[in-house]
Amino acid sequence: MAVREAEPLGSLREVKEAGLDREDLLGIYRNLLITRGVEERGHILYRQGKIPGSFYTGRGNEASAVGVATAMGPDDVGTPLHRDMGVHVTRGVEPWRIFAQYMGRADGPTKGKDGNVHMADSKLGLLAMVSHLPAMLPVAVGCALAFRIRQEPRVAVGWFGEGAAARGDAHEAMNLAGVRRLPVVFICDNNQWAYSTPTHLEYPIEHLADRAAAYGFDGVVVDGTDVLAVYREAKRAIEKAREGGGPTLVECQTLRMEGHAVHDDAFYVPKELFERWAERDPLERFRSWLRENAELSDDEEEEIAGGVKRLLNEAIRRADESPLPDPASLLEGVYATPEDLDTPHHK
Amino acid sequence: MAEKTYLQAISDGLREEMRRDERVFVIGEDVGVYGGAFKVTLGFQEEFGHWRVIDAPLSETAIVGGATGAAIMGMRPVAEMQFADFVSCAWDHLVTVAAKQRWRAGTPVPIVVRLPSGGGFSGGPFHSQNPESWFAHVPGLKCVCPATPEDAKGLLISAIQDPNPVLYFEHKHLYRRIKAEVPDERYTTPLGKARTHLEGDDVTVVTWGAMVYTAEEASRELDGDGVSVEIVDLRTVLPWDKAAVLESVRKTSKVLVLHEDTRTGGFGAEIAATIAEEAFEDLDAPVKRIAAPDSPVPFSPPLEKAFIPQVDDVVQGLRELAEY
Repeated sequence: MAVREAEPLGSLREVKEAGLDREDLLGIYRNLLITRGVEERGHILYRQGKIPGSFYTGRGNEASAVGVATAMGPDDVGTPLHRDMGVHVTRGVEPWRIFAQYMGRADGPTKGKDGNVHMADSKLGLLAMVSHLPAMLPVAVGCALAFRIRQEPRVAVGWFGEGAAARGDAHEAMNLAGVRRLPVVFICDNNQWAYSTPTHLEYPIEHLADRAAAYGFDGVVVDGTDVLAVYREAKRAIEKAREGGGPTLVECQTLRMEGHAVHDDAFYVPKELFERWAERDPLERFRSWLRENAELSDDEEEEIAGGVKRLLNEAIRRADESPLPDPASLLEGVYATPEDLDTPHHK
Repeated sequence: MAEKTYLQAISDGLREEMRRDERVFVIGEDVGVYGGAFKVTLGFQEEFGHWRVIDAPLSETAIVGGATGAAIMGMRPVAEMQFADFVSCAWDHLVTVAAKQRWRAGTPVPIVVRLPSGGGFSGGPFHSQNPESWFAHVPGLKCVCPATPEDAKGLLISAIQDPNPVLYFEHKHLYRRIKAEVPDERYTTPLGKARTHLEGDDVTVVTWGAMVYTAEEASRELDGDGVSVEIVDLRTVLPWDKAAVLESVRKTSKVLVLHEDTRTGGFGAEIAATIAEEAFEDLDAPVKRIAAPDSPVPFSPPLEKAFIPQVDDVVQGLRELAEY
C-alpha cells in the first residue's frame, strides 16, 4: 500500500495559501542558517577541544526540523532529537545557551548535567530527549493525552528516526495515539542511516509512513530537504490533530550528510549517495527558491548571513564566559521540590 | 474511623484525590470497565468518566511514558501495572526518562505507578515479585511499600502530591487479609518516615510490606521466651528512614533485616551496610538478614513456602540473635 507523497511547493502564491508571508520566509531562511551555523561552529569548538564527550550534527536535516517547528503553534509542544537543532532554533532558544550546553557550562539548559543536544527549554514547549530512542514518542503521546483530557486545542509533536522505528516504543506510542485519536503528530527523520545500518536492515517496507495505516491514521512522505513542503505537510497534520482528526505520521526523507557523530567518517555510505544528496542541500535549495520566487536580493542575503554570523560570534563569546558547573551542584535537582512544579506546563 | 481492608484503603485514597484534584487521572490495563485486576478502581469509571479512568492497550511502555508526558503537561497521573512484575516492560520510562528529567532538564515528573507486588498465593515467577530493590538503586525515584491500611491511604495521597516519580508497591497478599481502622478524612503520611509497628527492647526487626506481619507473628512466638522484639516498618524504601533504624538499633543492639525479595543485592544489604558503618559500636551481634533465596519466585506451594521467608524462619533468626 502506498502512502501519499507530498508535492513540492511551487510559487509564492501557494506558499501564501499555506500561511507564510515573505517575512516568514526570510525568518525560515535565517533559522536554517543559524541551525547549520550552530552545528558548524560547534564542530570547530569540538576540534579545538572545547567540547567534551562527542558531537552530533543534523547536517542535511535542517529543513525538516525548521519546517516542522515553523508549523507548530506557540502552545504546542515537541520532543526534538539530535538531528533537530532547527527545532530548538525556531522555537527561540538563544544560541549562546546551546554553545554553553555543548561546552558543559553552568548556563547551558542542563547546567552541565547532560551534554550535546540532550537539552530543551520547557518554556519554549520543548522536552529534552534521552539517548534511548524513540523513548520520547510515548512521552509526546502523553502530552497529547493531557491536552485531550483537558480538551485544550494543543498538539504534541514527537520525533523519531527510521532506526528507532524498529523499537517497541514506536509501536506502543502510535498504537495508543491511534486508539485514542490523540492530538499528536509523529515526525520521522528518515535520514537513511542509523549509525551504519541502512534502511533495508531496519524495516522491510517501502515507506515507514506506510505503517500509519496499521494504526488507523494517515501517513505522508515528504522531501525533507524542501523546507516549504515539510512546512505544509506538518501544518496540515498539526491542524488536523488540533481539530480532533487524530495523529499523522510524516516521514521526512533526507540523507545524514555526516557520520553518526564526529568520530564516524561514514565510510559505509556510498560516495555517490552523498554527491546526489549534496545537490539537494536544504539551505541552498531554499536560497535558490527565495531568489527565484521571492526576490531575495544580494543585499538581503548578505544582511541575513551577516546577522547570523554576528549572532554566533557573540553567542560563542558569551558561552565561553559562562563558568563550569560547581561540583557541589551535582546533587541539585535529583529530587524535585513542590516549588519546581511552578512552571508554565505544570501550572 | 471505620475498619477497612488494605485494598479498600488504597481505593479510598485514590478516589478522594481524584475528587479533590481534577488533574489526577488513572491509566492502566483493565482499570475502567473491569475496575482493575484486583478491583482497586471498581466504580471509578462510572464516577470519573472514560478520560480520567483510561483503559489502555496492553502497553506498559506507553502507559508509563504517556503518564510522564501528561505529568510534564500538568496532570497528576496514577498509572497501574496490572502486576508489579510487568513494570520491567516500562523500565526505560521510569529509569531513563522519569527519574532523570528533573535533574538534567529541570522538568519534574509527578507520576505515581501502582505496583501490585508480592507472593504467597502461587502466582509463580511473573506474578509474585517484589521489585522495589531494582528501583531503590535509581536516584530520582521514590519507592513506597505500605503495610497497613492507614498507611496505604496516607502514603498514596502523599505519593500523588509528591513532585517526583513514585513507585507505590502494594502487597497483594495484604489486599483483603489485612483490615484495620482507617481515618475517614483526608490525611497524608510522609514519605521517607518509618513507623514503629511494635515497640520492644531486645531485638530490632527492620522490614516493610507483608513481612511486617510475618515479623509480628514471630514476635508473638518469642513472648514466652521473654524476648522483646521491636519492629520498624520502613514504609518507604527510597528514601529510607536511616535515623529511625539507627535509633532502634542503638536501643536494642541487635538487628534482623527482613524482606520478601531475594537476598543478594536486596535492599536489606544497604540497610545492613549502613548499620555496620554507622552503628557498629552499638551492636551486640552481627547484623542478620533474612530474605528469599536467590531464585525466581516458584509456583508450587511447597516451593513457594521454601522461597518466601516464613514465621518459623524469623523465629529462629530472632532466637539466634537473642542468644548471641
